[in-house]
Amino acid sequence: MTIHAITVLGHDRPGIIADTTARLAGLGLNLEDSTMTRLRGHFAMTLLCAGEATTEAIRADLEPIASDGTLTVTVYELPEEQAAAGAGRLFVLSVHGGDRPGIVSTVTAEIAAAGGNITDLTTRLSGDLYVVVAELELPADADVAALESAIERATQELGVDASLRPIEADDL
Amino acid sequence: MSVNERVLAWTEAELGVEGKVLDVVRAPAQVLSVPGEDVDPTAPETVQLAADLIATMRVSPGCVGLAADQVGVSARVFCVDVSTHVKTKTHHGTYVLCNAEVVEASRNEKAREGCMSVPDLTGDVKRASRLKVRGQLPVTGETVEIVTDAFEARCLQHEIDHTDGLLFIDRVAGAHALHQRQTYL
Repeated sequence: MTIHAITVLGHDRPGIIADTTARLAGLGLNLEDSTMTRLRGHFAMTLLCAGEATTEAIRADLEPIASDGTLTVTVYELPEEQAAAGAGRLFVLSVHGGDRPGIVSTVTAEIAAAGGNITDLTTRLSGDLYVVVAELELPADADVAALESAIERATQELGVDASLRPIEADDL
Repeated sequence: MSVNERVLAWTEAELGVEGKVLDVVRAPAQVLSVPGEDVDPTAPETVQLAADLIATMRVSPGCVGLAADQVGVSARVFCVDVSTHVKTKTHHGTYVLCNAEVVEASRNEKAREGCMSVPDLTGDVKRASRLKVRGQLPVTGETVEIVTDAFEARCLQHEIDHTDGLLFIDRVAGAHALHQRQTYL
């Protein structure tokens, strides 16, 4: 059993997911985690699948998807990796303001300096408005107030707004 | 749920002035990011602002609430009218509140909301579905308490956030809770 990472990126049209996943199913591959979305009108898919097919066999089978030149497909084998058990605390960070270079790098640098790990992040550009929403895991002993202050200082310099809030998950 | 009859009976006729339709500002305008100033609800400029907010809300398709900072005025005033919205349960018709604050909030529910100042995005936001709000009516300045639920509760929290310099973007539930708007009213 091997794990393969497959990306499909390019011009959006109906049927990309149906076509790609049918081919993977035909190879006996099982879809595991994936994201499939549109980014400014482009289709973007990253998926992990498990099975016995070789990298070469998957590439050959997916080749027709990219044959008209509007989609790029990549296939790589990944080492087995166990998701780390999260011992930290979860937060969601929103940042928004006028679009300018360096917003994501500045804010994520503060999170990294605090030992925080970003587990999910999306950005949206809407006219002049740039929005970042990140989910992050902070070490159990992290100084949240200090990180909040650091983010506030950094975002003030950028002229954007930020808010950090704990993620509440209620076990039922 | 017991409705505040005084607020329900309130109409913009009490303002006694004609409202003007104002331009709605869009993020990233700075005025949307700073807390508004407390206002004197009896002051003529507050009364005119109240009338202008209602006039602007009325001409904006689908608009169920509008805060002063959305028309470029950093003041703690907003108008609301959810009376014809499909998700509304309890409602108090059209009204304007000055210096409003949340007194009690419970029963959080997540729903997707948008904002005229962020026209191309929507977001999933968790908000209380049972709410008590205290504020002042324009002209008389009398303090009123509104106990409400469902969509009016969501709308009031969204507008009070505006008066605190917050947008729904500041409250989205996660990295995949922000969406490109698919339909425009």
